[in-house]
Amino acid sequence: MTNSPGQRGEADAEANEETAPPARAIIAGHAGFADGLVSAVEQIAGTGSVFVPLSNSGLTSEDIEERFRAAALANHVRVFFTDLPAGSATLAVRRLMRKDPRLILVTGANLATLLEFVFHAEEDPVEAARRAAEKGRASLVSHGGT
Amino acid sequence: MAVVLYRIDDRLIHGQVVVGWGQPLDIDFIVLVDDNVATCDWEQDLYRMGVPPEMELVFADVAEGVRRHASFVADKRRGIVLTPDIETMRRFVAGVGTVKEVNVGGIHHRAGRSPKLRYVFLAPAEEVELRALIDTGVKVTAQDVPAARAVSMSEVLGARAEGTGK
Repeated sequence: MTNSPGQRGEADAEANEETAPPARAIIAGHAGFADGLVSAVEQIAGTGSVFVPLSNSGLTSEDIEERFRAAALANHVRVFFTDLPAGSATLAVRRLMRKDPRLILVTGANLATLLEFVFHAEEDPVEAARRAAEKGRASLVSHGGT
Repeated sequence: MAVVLYRIDDRLIHGQVVVGWGQPLDIDFIVLVDDNVATCDWEQDLYRMGVPPEMELVFADVAEGVRRHASFVADKRRGIVLTPDIETMRRFVAGVGTVKEVNVGGIHHRAGRSPKLRYVFLAPAEEVELRALIDTGVKVTAQDVPAARAVSMSEVLGARAEGTGK
């Protein structure tokens, strides 16, 4: 289930107060895209809590932007990962970036992107995001066929 | 006819439009008819970043959209006309006079709107606008993605009225 802004860090932190790493980035996209990726990160690395999953489902453009802004504020993060470069989540973040140029956006995120980020989340967020984007891009390979 | 879809979508350029409809309909251009976006360079740049380089994006206010509609229809390529709301589409359709069908793709929840479909929420004034559009003889259906079933908005609005009190 995708968290609402601010919800993250309350229930989760209570259960894993001593072990769960804090939120470092928001992952946002269509339907259950973010939930699925965070679940996969949790299974592989046990660090799903690094990401706050958000969905654009059922929201107007204005509401998506406000939801993302509130989540970034509540979780003290400035890195966003989104799905489609043309998607409404991406457009919402770009609007936020106009008001706050410190925000960092990586579009086209995949599991390899996020796994790279979690292992460097303590570094400078600009550099961690750049490395994550490179890793995600490099992971897209076509095999087989004639 | 080069304009293959007239769509109302409050998110304008986004995944459902560019990918969901753009690919199966083999779309070459999108005409974004919005009085506000037509006057804002920054918003236009934002939306340009959302379409692939081979897809042309045209910005127009309602008056310009109406004025240029014949050229969009005569274009050998395939295009979508997109408006952010019912009122804009109703004015555009009234100005053009030849639009036969309109697709309602997404009017999402906000305060004052009530649910009609999973992706269509209408305020009372918007419902009046939509009925006015339907009353001009335009076939208005709701369909968020091509694989979904098109739903007659006339039936959706009619069923709501008849169902009152039951």
